[in-house]
Amino acid sequence: MQSFTTHTGMVAPLDRVNVDTDQMVPKQFLKALTREGFGRILFYDWRYLPGERPNPEFALNFPRYKGASVLLARANFGCGSSREHAPWGVKDYGFRVIIAPSYADIFYNNCFKNGILPATLSEEQVEELFQRTEKEEGYSLTVNLPNQTIADKHGLMFKFEIAPSRKEVLLKGLDDIGTTMQHAAAIDTYEKAHTGTATMYEPVDVKYYS
Amino acid sequence: MPPKTLYQKIWDSHVVWEEPGQPALIYIDRHLIHEGTSPQAFAGLRAEGRKVRRPDLTFAVMDHSVPTTDRTLPILDNDARLQFEALGKNCREFGVRLFDMNSRNQGIVHIIGPELGITQPGQTIVCGDSHTSTHGAFGTLAFGIGTSEVEHVLATQCLVQSRSKTLHLLVHGKRPKGLTAKDIILAIIGKIGIGGGTGHVAEYGGEAIRALSMDGRMTVCNMSIEGGARAGMVAPDETTFAYLEGRPFVPRGKAFQGAVEHWKQLRTDDGAKFDMTVELQVEKIAPQVTWGTNPGMVTSVTARVPDPHDFHDPNDQKATESALKYMGLKPGTPIVDIPVDRVFIGSCTNSRLDDLRAAANLVAGKHVAKNIKQALIVPGSRGIKSQAEKEGLDKIFTAAGFEWRDAGCSMCIGMNADVLPPHERSASTSNRNFEGRQGKDSRTHLVSPVMAAAAAIAGHFVDVREFDVAHVE
Repeated sequence: MQSFTTHTGMVAPLDRVNVDTDQMVPKQFLKALTREGFGRILFYDWRYLPGERPNPEFALNFPRYKGASVLLARANFGCGSSREHAPWGVKDYGFRVIIAPSYADIFYNNCFKNGILPATLSEEQVEELFQRTEKEEGYSLTVNLPNQTIADKHGLMFKFEIAPSRKEVLLKGLDDIGTTMQHAAAIDTYEKAHTGTATMYEPVDVKYYS
Repeated sequence: MPPKTLYQKIWDSHVVWEEPGQPALIYIDRHLIHEGTSPQAFAGLRAEGRKVRRPDLTFAVMDHSVPTTDRTLPILDNDARLQFEALGKNCREFGVRLFDMNSRNQGIVHIIGPELGITQPGQTIVCGDSHTSTHGAFGTLAFGIGTSEVEHVLATQCLVQSRSKTLHLLVHGKRPKGLTAKDIILAIIGKIGIGGGTGHVAEYGGEAIRALSMDGRMTVCNMSIEGGARAGMVAPDETTFAYLEGRPFVPRGKAFQGAVEHWKQLRTDDGAKFDMTVELQVEKIAPQVTWGTNPGMVTSVTARVPDPHDFHDPNDQKATESALKYMGLKPGTPIVDIPVDRVFIGSCTNSRLDDLRAAANLVAGKHVAKNIKQALIVPGSRGIKSQAEKEGLDKIFTAAGFEWRDAGCSMCIGMNADVLPPHERSASTSNRNFEGRQGKDSRTHLVSPVMAAAAAIAGHFVDVREFDVAHVE
């Protein structure tokens, strides 16, 4: 996985609370077989009018936010469905950082599997960033993960909290499966102590089983 | 030993590896997969030359995009067909049991797990689907995961997890007639908000929860995620054991008795502390109807559509305004004056036998209103469908003007042909009323099965307690 240390980029605002993952990647795009190409359809129903014409009223379509790589959002971002297509879309669109007052658990977790930093600031700090983004065209932020800071070039500096283990995963771009497999012996031991086979006591109609 | 919550007991018995200050590695007892969120996980395994560690603990089913009409016909949706083929190929190659769309045991993943007895108390269960919380009704720790974690569980049968906080949701009192498990959970979400349970695992208790059938408990646990709690659970009891006995994957005879003895230990000890407790009195809850674009935007059927100015927080005002615009509703409109275009009774929330029986009782001898364009009954599994047909429920529904369909996720998510058209309004027993959830620009109102059935007959929302309470459980 792509590691994350620092990132400087333009901010795009998404001024809505409770943005659910159905909005990020609507269901018609869940029939894919790969992880690629979800950036084009991110926020599909908000972003496009019929015929895939960009909706001029949707913030991400404003010319001033073209090329943004920091997504500024409101509380409970990413609620709803567990679809990892949502962070795939966020990343593929070009965002490396999300800033919000809070996140839904599954989405938050999924971000770390994809090298996206979901930074948490207070409601007041997020509001301040919304105002600065609105006021200054091309407003950009520098996000420093080792120091856990978010700063602009005018001297604003916010500290954000992140669990040390989460931080390490992003800093090192760790492959979770590889890390877990280092504990193969512990898994073997657990399995020996807890025999857990799903025994079928009555035939059921399954197609494949070897 | 200090007293423990049910969650702590299950957690402690599944820790494989733990270091101070680090998340733990926990063992997963059952891994359920479906066509929608698994193809990329299998592709990842293949790319790294990895195997499925425990195919015997992994169960696959086709549910999200399956047609609910004639399955002998070719699948016209090419993307869906490719996903079904991929799941078939992946299961063959990695030795995973698959309930494909023609299996007599096929159904929604969260319906067939319990129905076949794959789900058992004390287990950890995961699935690439947020409604995995459903299985918590059996006293399991069950939660939804992303595709990267699906791949992780396939490869290692473990997950890297941090302990959650605990939330005790107590529902006291005796449930009145016409008031269902769905109304209880919608009222809870209305109270705590859709982010209220974030970071927590919920345990439901109290007399009103204890009195629910397993079908009802599953409805409650199913929507834990809509209150932000990744998992919800109910401690197992005699109701649980009676439900499980004799199901295909549940131990028999002496082994079953032994299992029950073990399962009886799975309860929160007296004096165990929760991080947060919320209490409700069930007699005070009226049948619930959502009016907005998330499950927390909910009110009583006796109430009116709220005004954005009723809210203090400017973010809430803005969200309400935007939701009412999307829903095509005016503030102050009585809920019972809202007309309905389509009715959907189905989904992993409300498509079980209890749900279908209650809805059938209500519509027997009546007919759907003229303004209703479609009324769908989609059983949660083929097992449920076949039992319902034995009981003659299908005949009752079709005589009343409903369509009787095959099992799948259907119009809850609209990944197959069962889509709610733009600007049409549904009374739906599903779990999400997000924008575009049932179809682009569609308008979803979440209700209980009897409320949906009553709306179908009346053509608009009605208070089922006044409508025909004699026929409501």
